[in-house]
Amino acid sequence: MEHNHAIVHRDDEASRIGMWLFIFTELFLFAGLFLVFIVYRYKYSESFHLASKELNITIGAINSIVLLLSGMTIGISHVAIQKGNKKLTLYLLAITIILGIVFLVNKYFEWRIKFEHGLYPGSVDLLALSKGDIMFFGLYFFMTGLHALHLIAGLAFISVVFGAVVREKVHATKFALLENCGLYWHLVDLVWLFLFPLFYLIN
Amino acid sequence: MDQNYVSYLDYQGKYKGIRSWIFSTDHKRIALLYLYSIVSFFLVGATLGLLMKLELIAPGRTIMGAQTYNGLFTLHGITMIFLVVIPGIPAVFGNFFLPILIGAKDVAFPKLNLLSWWLYVTGAVIALSSQFMGSGPPDTGWTFYAPYSLMAPTNVIAALLGAFVLGFSSILTGLNFITTIHRMRAPGMKWLKMPLFPWSLYATGWIQLLATPIIGITLLMVIAERLFKIGFFNPALGGDPVLYQHLFWIYSHPAVYIMILPAMGVISEVIPTFSHKTIFGYKAIVFSSLAIAFVGYFVWGHHMFAAGLSSQSLFAFSFLTFIVAIPSAVKVFNWVATMYKGSIDRQTPFLWAISFIFVFMIGGLSGLFLGSPATDVHLHDTAFVVGHFHFIIFGGTGFAFMAAIHYWFPKIYGRMYDTSWANKGWMIFFTGFLFLYTPMFYLGLTGMPRRSYDYLPQYQTPNIISSLGSIVMLCGLAIIIMNLVRSASHGVKAESDPWGGKTLEWQVPSPPPLENFEEIPAITNGPYEYK
Repeated sequence: MEHNHAIVHRDDEASRIGMWLFIFTELFLFAGLFLVFIVYRYKYSESFHLASKELNITIGAINSIVLLLSGMTIGISHVAIQKGNKKLTLYLLAITIILGIVFLVNKYFEWRIKFEHGLYPGSVDLLALSKGDIMFFGLYFFMTGLHALHLIAGLAFISVVFGAVVREKVHATKFALLENCGLYWHLVDLVWLFLFPLFYLIN
Repeated sequence: MDQNYVSYLDYQGKYKGIRSWIFSTDHKRIALLYLYSIVSFFLVGATLGLLMKLELIAPGRTIMGAQTYNGLFTLHGITMIFLVVIPGIPAVFGNFFLPILIGAKDVAFPKLNLLSWWLYVTGAVIALSSQFMGSGPPDTGWTFYAPYSLMAPTNVIAALLGAFVLGFSSILTGLNFITTIHRMRAPGMKWLKMPLFPWSLYATGWIQLLATPIIGITLLMVIAERLFKIGFFNPALGGDPVLYQHLFWIYSHPAVYIMILPAMGVISEVIPTFSHKTIFGYKAIVFSSLAIAFVGYFVWGHHMFAAGLSSQSLFAFSFLTFIVAIPSAVKVFNWVATMYKGSIDRQTPFLWAISFIFVFMIGGLSGLFLGSPATDVHLHDTAFVVGHFHFIIFGGTGFAFMAAIHYWFPKIYGRMYDTSWANKGWMIFFTGFLFLYTPMFYLGLTGMPRRSYDYLPQYQTPNIISSLGSIVMLCGLAIIIMNLVRSASHGVKAESDPWGGKTLEWQVPSPPPLENFEEIPAITNGPYEYK
């Protein structure tokens, strides 16, 4: 018998199912947090309303647009690879990565301003405020932080796909990896599109 | 099948020695990696349990003080739940037999499967490192209840992080199995021609996927609270400890179905084989598995009857708890009806299976006492809960694991074990089990609290019975393990179908070749068609 598992049969449908299942898991991970958010939003609705005014809607909105654009570019790269246009695919993936980094840089400045104002978990200034404020900023840092970690993981994933396109491991007839990467990136998008109104646009 | 095939045990690939195992993507080798790791951790957990029983043999300090005892029951719980029972049957027997039972050559994602095992080992190392590093063994209990877990001076973070990584491993196993079942069933194997063990793994897979992330995020929140003083569950910072309990049980109640559903799947395979009869009510078993997986999501509140929930939620959670008992009972009736007028072959796996039904019924029925709020207020946090839980989880998953290893042993190793010693081991283990856990019901009813190293003198007699039972049970365990270990290398060679089973694993040689099937079989019949 010379069979070897190195000879794997290819099943794009299976890898797509696998990715969707993983996304379900990720959604439930965030769902747990959204549940916590809802509970405390209800309990401290007034403080949440006031604390949310501390967040910069302009930066938040810019970041939302940046992420939506990146979702578009990775979506188009999926079409480009199917048409066999390797160069365009690489350009689009690179733009997606740059947009992701722009988001992180914006986020960094947002966080830094909060730190300068003493609005971070455990700071003396924050502990002097009401319980609702403490909870709002605790949730803000935890949820946007977890989202940023997912975004970094997504960027790493796109970089891997970028390399695979360069080496032609991903091409016009074999693009499941790029497709799954796109699915994951859209998840990162989607979570942000919930985070933005929940934290910035409380009214 | 020709005689000079190479079995998966002898197959020589790129690597030699231990590396040909720990880097193998073959589902059968990964299954054995899990088997050896899980059994090792089980022995650790059982030793801790024995030490606790020795401490409880007399009131007052016997062999350890309160802090050591708290550390022991915490580690016993973490080891047994996260390292043994949750991966247990799916990771070992699911990995080995799911592909074979559905006529596939491997799982859908073999590399991911190996990654799951590595994550499992990593999680185990992190969790166990909590014992030796930092500020002493965690003493929160395996439930990590807030607010104590937020402020305990012990090394809780390592235990939480370990549990988080283990959860990730469990999710990947579930994901892999669901995809495998969707995509890799042999031609002709329609959904309702699939054997029942794969069905139970399918239902389990969905719970693993959709419940585990909730505990994952909850554990991360507790870690963040300890590191960064965020107040999610800390009342001093505006948090709510009861919310922790909700989140914890939203996962951990479905998790008991992660533990018990695969066990039910094993029993549904063993009973028809040794009754030489088609399973009674195949569809009822399939749909009751799915019903358990679904309804199991909505009963978590019955762990919190004493936590101050509103009376409306008490009513709803209690009602749903009684509802979820129905599909479990359906299965019991199906198994018993399968045996009716069958030609029963009283082999070791069958003995384990019927003793499973016995202890599972005691465990299940005692659960109803805890499921109704009025009696639960009396029994909450007493030894009764410990008795109930061990009857249903150790008696359920543990006995099914034993049934599975004795059922599939000849297939896994290609050798038979000594049935006479196996039966003696079963008899001693079963007797010890009953003496160990039955007194706990009485102790709980009369008011002995759990998780305490000390008790009032009037509780001593049942505690002595229970402690002696634990020693008897471990003697039985020693016989069982020695018999199996010896037989794996010295037993008589097994045929491909020693029990007269009808499912696909009995149609391949023992032990199976690397690729399981020379040709993927075409399926025309249902899985259990006798005569």
